[in-house]
Amino acid sequence: MTSIAKPPVRHPSSRTNGLGLTLRDYEGAMSTLCAGCGHDSVTAALVQAAWELDLEPHRAAKMSGIGCSSKTTAYFMKQSHGFNAVHGRMPSVTSGAAAANRDLTYIGISGDGDSLSIGLGQMSHAIRRNVNMLYVLENNGVYGLTKGQFSASADIGSTSKKGEANEQAPIDPVLLALTLGATFVARSFSGDKKQLVPILKAGIAHKGFALVDVISPCVSFNDHEGSTKSYAYTREHEVEVVHADFVPLRREITVPETNEDVSVVQLHDGGSVRLRATAPDYDPTDRDSAYAHVRACQARHEIATGLLFVDETGRDMHDMMRTVPTPLIDVPFERLCPGSAALDKLMDRFR
Amino acid sequence: MSGINDFSFKMGTVNGTGSASANALLMQAIFRMGIPVTGKNIFPSNIQGLPTWYEVRVSKDGYTARPSEVDLVVALNPSTYARDVAAVRPGGYLLYDSSWPLDPDLVREGITVLGIPFGKMCVEAFEKDRDRTLLRNIAYAGALAALLDIDMDVVGQMLTEKFGKKQRLLEANHTAIRLGYDYAKANFACPLPFHLEKMDATGDAILIDGNTACALGAVYAGATVGAWYPITPATALMEAFKGFCERFRVDKETGLHNYAILQAEDELAAAGIVIGAGWAGARSFTNTSGPGISLMQEFIGLAYYTDIPAVFFDVQRCGPATGMPTRTQQADLISLAYASHGDTKHLILFPANPRECFEMAVESFDIAERFQTPVFVASDLDIGMNDWMVKRLEWDDSYRPDRGKVLDAEALAKVQKFSRYVDVDGDGIAARTLPGVGGKGAYFVRGSGHDKHAAYTEDSDAYQEVVDRLKRKFEHAATVMPKPEIHRRAGAEVGLVTIGGCDAAVREAADKLEAQGIATDVMRIRAFPFGAEVRDFLGAHEHTFVIEQNRDAQLRSLLAIELGIPRDDMVPILDYGGMPLTAKVVVDAVAAHLAGVPA
Repeated sequence: MTSIAKPPVRHPSSRTNGLGLTLRDYEGAMSTLCAGCGHDSVTAALVQAAWELDLEPHRAAKMSGIGCSSKTTAYFMKQSHGFNAVHGRMPSVTSGAAAANRDLTYIGISGDGDSLSIGLGQMSHAIRRNVNMLYVLENNGVYGLTKGQFSASADIGSTSKKGEANEQAPIDPVLLALTLGATFVARSFSGDKKQLVPILKAGIAHKGFALVDVISPCVSFNDHEGSTKSYAYTREHEVEVVHADFVPLRREITVPETNEDVSVVQLHDGGSVRLRATAPDYDPTDRDSAYAHVRACQARHEIATGLLFVDETGRDMHDMMRTVPTPLIDVPFERLCPGSAALDKLMDRFR
Repeated sequence: MSGINDFSFKMGTVNGTGSASANALLMQAIFRMGIPVTGKNIFPSNIQGLPTWYEVRVSKDGYTARPSEVDLVVALNPSTYARDVAAVRPGGYLLYDSSWPLDPDLVREGITVLGIPFGKMCVEAFEKDRDRTLLRNIAYAGALAALLDIDMDVVGQMLTEKFGKKQRLLEANHTAIRLGYDYAKANFACPLPFHLEKMDATGDAILIDGNTACALGAVYAGATVGAWYPITPATALMEAFKGFCERFRVDKETGLHNYAILQAEDELAAAGIVIGAGWAGARSFTNTSGPGISLMQEFIGLAYYTDIPAVFFDVQRCGPATGMPTRTQQADLISLAYASHGDTKHLILFPANPRECFEMAVESFDIAERFQTPVFVASDLDIGMNDWMVKRLEWDDSYRPDRGKVLDAEALAKVQKFSRYVDVDGDGIAARTLPGVGGKGAYFVRGSGHDKHAAYTEDSDAYQEVVDRLKRKFEHAATVMPKPEIHRRAGAEVGLVTIGGCDAAVREAADKLEAQGIATDVMRIRAFPFGAEVRDFLGAHEHTFVIEQNRDAQLRSLLAIELGIPRDDMVPILDYGGMPLTAKVVVDAVAAHLAGVPA
């Protein structure tokens, strides 16, 4: 993961957030990805989302695996701890870290190779475990770092740069997550920051595993005609079926009221997300209808985007494990070690 | 050989028929009579229907190794009659279920065959099929009580402890015990020439298995995160941890847990979880066996290269691939020592018995955090799953965890700049910070090439500087890891070097060799890397034998690689069929070598 430090420049006129930090304070090292890479837009959206949320940088942990997408954890929030794990296995490292310290905000960044091929098992089980984390899957249908092989999200018929057509059925992370019981499932497009930023904010605030699949075109290996993950194809086929506005607890609701049907989902931290379905009869709080709708869009070669499903009543990993509210790393040793008297008593059981 | 409080017997049964509780009853009754006793469960990788054996050794001298010969075999599984009959020592006894006739071909010259119609008696005494099957085992326990002179008051007391509130079961068990006991008394000369007499040699001892002891160590060390994937023979370790946590770690007021146990989707994830937890600042561990270690290799390399503490209990089993999951071996030594691709070397502890499992489990967490690296506790199936008689476990309440060099916010405020991998103290250990700490403490863990500031690098010098520090750290660890245990005899010209669970058999062998006029010094290695004491012992004798349970003399190889001792200066004694080592194997091999007989 190459990275080049950015000079710390702070313009006096820069706006600050509730913590007195500017947007620049949420940036990281200079990106070394290709110019125009979708991933850099996702990084920018994350910077924006974290800044708007007043997220304390040192209370966030950036987690990633291996691949172009996983490199991006170096490009935002330089004051946060980061963990660049092994390929496809960021979910387990995050599970362990979250088990040990439940008070940090875990931001996981992965890609379609990292999540849907080598890491399919780990992602699936992190969803089942319902680890409290944002999981951004920067999805470009191709292996970038190894120069252009199809990934498991490549659509049937989508062609490689050399013109070869993919014949294997794609794995759709959104459908997969819905099937596995994920409690927050969204899809967005790196080129649509307006849609993406509130989804990322809601995903961070969500209690449990928040999957955000972001179509994030690879300009070097998968942005040609014939690709179904190119900028042009995505722009043309994207259909926003649910628009989400994130409303933090601390701020007044500034989202303009509309006359359309708006459903409000209260988030665990007290904030809320206002969901406005743009498709008729779409209910983003109903798993089956979300699934059916995404499938129907696929059949029409449409890419359904938005916060497609959310359920804030789910039990997260710590609920299921019945762990104490104090992070386990802060539980004093005296409470963990039963001591000599207890051991002595216990020994009688072994006689 | 055999005599009062010095003999062994074994039961051959079908697994899944309830013999385990009868065997445990026998073991514990003997133990409570104050007589040293050990049990070895030789069981199949199966739930129901395959042959299983339980070997009990009674030793007034306190020997705990697997016995070299069996005085009495209880043969209750027709499918193994032939080998069970063959297992009896000349002059020994065979007890079988005479509800069915014994094939005359199986009757052996020179042994005494005793028949008791256990099955028939149980059919007559009990109504339910399930009782008839299960209580047949209790009936043979009753017969053994008569034949071996087990104190029936002790047996009665144990049944009351077990079934006290379940009157029907208590009565049924008493009936079954009496069936066997009374039949034996009425039909045979009881007790047999070898039998039990009360002693006072188990006062400060307990019967415990290594998996339970490791789990207890993890609880006492303050481990809070355990992740695992079920695997024989390591499974019971996490189950015991769970049991102890439910007893000791549940908040009384809220019912909430001061621990987290994650059953992962596979061993790769289990390794990832403990490494994530270790990075976040928890004491974390996983329990696994050889196949799991194979799957964890990549993660182990990551933790090594990024200085993250975590504890791995490897309860070794037999063979590559699936191998023989219910047989024991010490064949993961090399794969642990150098786990992962690239240049890696790891810290390993080798407990020899359950008591040391407890102590080393605690120590492993201190070492892992102090050296910020994966630490392996290499147990094995024999230690992990069998009940050993060991001294009661003790705890020093003044113990506090060694968390190693961790800079908190206060400490960070005092340093000019935090660089994750700068070796300030020259011991190879750089201070770390935990995620969540503010100020300048943030850094980026990366498995890719990094310099001492934790920044990405592809620069040769910067890369080498980091891996050279890791090497220094390893060398420093060699000076503080547990020292070998050395037992010397005057004038010994023979050195016996061993490891882990072989200890009991090797120490017994040393006594037997001494009786033959061969004085030996015994060194049991307790840790990797090896310290100076290990090097000093090697080469100090005319003959040095290295005794271990694998085919390829892995310990000898490690000694040769790490200490530069010529391989040919160390004679390997290898036992790798999957059974716990017996003293006889060692005695015979040493004697043959000294007599010039080629191995």
